[in-house]
Amino acid sequence: MELPLFPEAASAIASSVDYLYFYLTAVSIVMTAVIFAAVFFFAIKYRRRSEDEIPPPIHGSLKLEIAWSVLPFLVMLTFFWWGAQIFFANASPPPDAMDIYAVGKQWMWKIQYPEGQREINELHVPINRPIKVTLASEDVIHSFFIPAFRVKHDVVPGRYDIMWFTATKPGRYHLFCAEYCGTEHSGMVGWVTVMTENDYENWLAGNGSEGTMAQQGERLFGQLGCATCHQLDQQGRCPILRGVYGSRVQLQNGQTVLADDAYIRESILNPNAKVVAGYHADVMPTFQGQITEEQLLQLIVYVKSLAIQGAPPVSQQPAAAADGAQTPSQTPTTGEKK
Amino acid sequence: MSTVLQDPRAVETPNYLNQEYGWKSWLFTKDHKRIAVLYIISITVMFFIGGIFASLIRVELLTPQGDLVNSDTYNKFFTMHGIVMVFFFLIPSIPATLGNFFVPMMIGAKDLAFPRINLLSWYIYIAGAAFALAAIVLGGVDTGWTFYTPFSSTYSNTFVITAAVGVFIAGFSSILTGLNFIVTVHKMRAPGMTWGRLPLFVWANYATSLIQVLGTPVVAITLALVALERAFHIGIFDPAIGGDPILFQHMFWFYSHPAVYIMILPGMGVISELVTCYSRKGIFGYPFVAGSSLGIAIIGFLVWGHHMFVTGMSMYASLYFSLLSFLVAVPSAIKVFNWTATMFRGSISFDTPMLYAFGFIGLFTIGGLTGLFLATLGVDVHVTDTYFVVAHFHYVMVGGMVLAYLGGMHYWWPKISGRLYPEGWAKFACLLVFAGFNLTFFPQFILGYLGQPRRYHAYAPEFQVLNVMSTAGASILGLGYVIPLIYFLWSMKYGPKAGNNPWRATGLEWQTTSPPPTYNFEKTPIVTEEAYSYHTQKETHGG
Amino acid sequence: MADTHSTVEEHSAHSEHSPYLRHHFDDMAQQFDSATLGMWVFLLTEIMFFGGMFGAYTVYRSMYPEAFASTSAHMNPLWGAVNTAVLIVSSLSMALAVRAARIGEQKALQILLLVTIFFGLCFLGVKAIEYHEHWVDMKVPLIGGHWDYSEAPQFARQAQIMFCFYFFMTGFHALHMVVGVALMLTIFVMARRGTFSPAYFTPVEVSGLYWHFVDIVWIFLFPLLYLIGHTKKII
Repeated sequence: MELPLFPEAASAIASSVDYLYFYLTAVSIVMTAVIFAAVFFFAIKYRRRSEDEIPPPIHGSLKLEIAWSVLPFLVMLTFFWWGAQIFFANASPPPDAMDIYAVGKQWMWKIQYPEGQREINELHVPINRPIKVTLASEDVIHSFFIPAFRVKHDVVPGRYDIMWFTATKPGRYHLFCAEYCGTEHSGMVGWVTVMTENDYENWLAGNGSEGTMAQQGERLFGQLGCATCHQLDQQGRCPILRGVYGSRVQLQNGQTVLADDAYIRESILNPNAKVVAGYHADVMPTFQGQITEEQLLQLIVYVKSLAIQGAPPVSQQPAAAADGAQTPSQTPTTGEKK
Repeated sequence: MSTVLQDPRAVETPNYLNQEYGWKSWLFTKDHKRIAVLYIISITVMFFIGGIFASLIRVELLTPQGDLVNSDTYNKFFTMHGIVMVFFFLIPSIPATLGNFFVPMMIGAKDLAFPRINLLSWYIYIAGAAFALAAIVLGGVDTGWTFYTPFSSTYSNTFVITAAVGVFIAGFSSILTGLNFIVTVHKMRAPGMTWGRLPLFVWANYATSLIQVLGTPVVAITLALVALERAFHIGIFDPAIGGDPILFQHMFWFYSHPAVYIMILPGMGVISELVTCYSRKGIFGYPFVAGSSLGIAIIGFLVWGHHMFVTGMSMYASLYFSLLSFLVAVPSAIKVFNWTATMFRGSISFDTPMLYAFGFIGLFTIGGLTGLFLATLGVDVHVTDTYFVVAHFHYVMVGGMVLAYLGGMHYWWPKISGRLYPEGWAKFACLLVFAGFNLTFFPQFILGYLGQPRRYHAYAPEFQVLNVMSTAGASILGLGYVIPLIYFLWSMKYGPKAGNNPWRATGLEWQTTSPPPTYNFEKTPIVTEEAYSYHTQKETHGG
Repeated sequence: MADTHSTVEEHSAHSEHSPYLRHHFDDMAQQFDSATLGMWVFLLTEIMFFGGMFGAYTVYRSMYPEAFASTSAHMNPLWGAVNTAVLIVSSLSMALAVRAARIGEQKALQILLLVTIFFGLCFLGVKAIEYHEHWVDMKVPLIGGHWDYSEAPQFARQAQIMFCFYFFMTGFHALHMVVGVALMLTIFVMARRGTFSPAYFTPVEVSGLYWHFVDIVWIFLFPLLYLIGHTKKII
């Protein structure tokens, strides 16, 4: 019978998390042993020998109280510091991270790659490359958890969340949903396959026939009627979309916002929320309820691909370049609420 | 009443139990001691209901597949286990039972400040429990005891509103109990019973009452908003209209984190009483143990975000909550050190209550230390929402609070019932509880770090051995709970009669008869000594 | 420790204290102090209860300031001001009632209680009118389909949230007013029976505290719900 006692470490941060864990465990063992030993020792040494014995009154010691308040707190500060360091280091993905999109839906993970591959409950990644996963939920709160990588992030409906990792060991690792989400919460599991660079290229080539995400987004753009108003290169009733992604947009109320993933998502689902200066409210219809999170991501990747002025239409671009043709984007402000 | 007496204990002195008979004298009582007994019966029933759900969970988890019940049913099991155990057992437990019985006596009062509100508290608790049981019987609720939105407000197909109403109502029971204790401790102390002479059990219940009064209303309004959103299909937690499901989590945990201190502080108060009595020595560092109760209560309100480190909260909020969470550990550590120091050069006896106190000190230490793992940002990302958290909170709530409750029940049983429990069986049950508990929950730390998420009906097959160990432990633990139930009931008829002070403890409650008279004290006592003045205690034998 | 002598002594002293002294208290002063402290602690819980809603309101208002300003323009500040004045006057009559009880002026006490009740009912009446107006204007998001925000469609969604807060906060407040009015009626009946005197007026004092608190909650609700955005031009 299998009895694993410790998970595999397969990401760049896994071992630093493990070292911190070992440090915490060591200190805990020492503290526990000290208390257990003291209690045990006192219980035996000072066991009652006669019913009439009267122990001496010992009221306390200010020095001891200060010592055993301050010293443990100082030790705890080392826990805090080290933990915060790891947390901070893992907060923002490097700018050259590879994008993958994961939509959590009761009760499955739908993964999309910019090159167009789609998977359910399976994630394939190349080794030693930072991977940035954009997380979206179709319904309730889920959580994307890969124990072997020591990463986890909640997937909250209504916005995007970002997590990232760098896989360092080939193999197949568990993917779990870690936030209770209803009936098949424990069935919302899958596998992450880490492959060498070559194997990954081969896998990419052998999968995905619907075109890149940007191409899929372009098709949707046509199908949903966006093209009738949002003409790419000339001003119509609606703002031009070429070059919008990553820029700062002036709104009707005087505010300026960054046009990131969350902004584009909101513009599609609730167009009246942020009306661009010079345009009118109530012109663009809302697509809430008519579009899935996956489709939203395809449209966003498409709009992202329109970043370069004068670039040829996406359908004429070779598939492999689509993920490399990203502007070095500012870290999106998604997922960073209170 | 016989006039020829050989053993003074054979006489039935008038006491709160035999003063009046009949169901009306119990259901319309204003006596805090009878109300405490009503609560003991009610929370014991709820404890075993919650325990049945726990057993079902552990039996299902013997195998990796979900093969005992279907997923919906399993999800209801862990939800109802949590709701019943948290809101209908742990939160009321010590305050409403031992606190109700002994806080007035310990301060030399005849009753709590508001006896009728005390009785109302119990009726409100019963009403809340009725709603919760209705939710269970009608078909269950499956949101988890944490009711996260939008699953609870929009997606769940179970009796969420019924359950939320039950918790809402029970919250008022908790608020009124806390209110009663606060006013009682402020206004009804006997002459000479200054704040600095209060038994630490009173300090602990006072600090708990502050939390109950300040925190519970927030979860009340939070659950009311969820219920309203469910009922009217509109509301503030629905992302589709710009609502924020994470706001629910902030509001929920704003109460539910302090709630966990409601679920440990009274236990710590009991341990202070036990350690002093069975070391026959005053507490080491009285002002620090008393003050640490207040410290935990106050800082406990400032740390709720540590339940939300992976929700996408801002970096700076996360740092703040992590740091404060370490700070709140300090007063708990202070208590553990002071209890241990109290034993130094004491006169230690190994009666069952003291064994429970030993168990508490050990298991609470482990539980508290593992809390530090969770406060550490880098590690929490990996272990949150896994069995590591489940193990942590069971160590503090069961290894801590439940052991303290059992220790306190054994300690004060002679006073409450006038009878002695059988010491041999009690020690045996205590050992079963300790061993069973550790076997149940220690493997869960390992499971958590391995990555088994919580609330999983089916799990990855390689986790099975640890799960089987956990279930085996649960069976032993369950037996350890059932045995005291049997012998406590048995002792009420067949146990030897207890004297006024079988443990030779200090404290005003031991100066009355066992069981005490209805009005506690014929004359209001005048207090002239510090708490736990064992070194000046006159020789008073148990008679 | 049965000491029958002192029990006899205590019982003979029975006739000396107020019939309203509850036996677990030593004297009326302790009973009065306990009752008032109890009410203050209860009001603290009420602050936390309403505070939860105020907190959530603050979060959403900071997220959607224009939507909130726009919806606030749909409230009738005249009715809100009338209600504010009504409650302030009722608090005055309540405070005077407590004073009347304290100095034993029975008639004044009864009249002032009636005045307080009257104004309480006025408040509830105005709220009923307002709720009706919102219903007529299709501004009730709680009952499915009874919502129309076509005048400022860009805020239609967040406006639903704001109206939820409006109805929940004023609704819970109105519930507390109903309890308050019922409490005052009870106190009035007790006053008619001659229960109160300078030696015992605890229920009047304690109910007065409750009434003042419900008043103060409204003082906060009024500007937060009715007055935001009235100084800024809405798009």
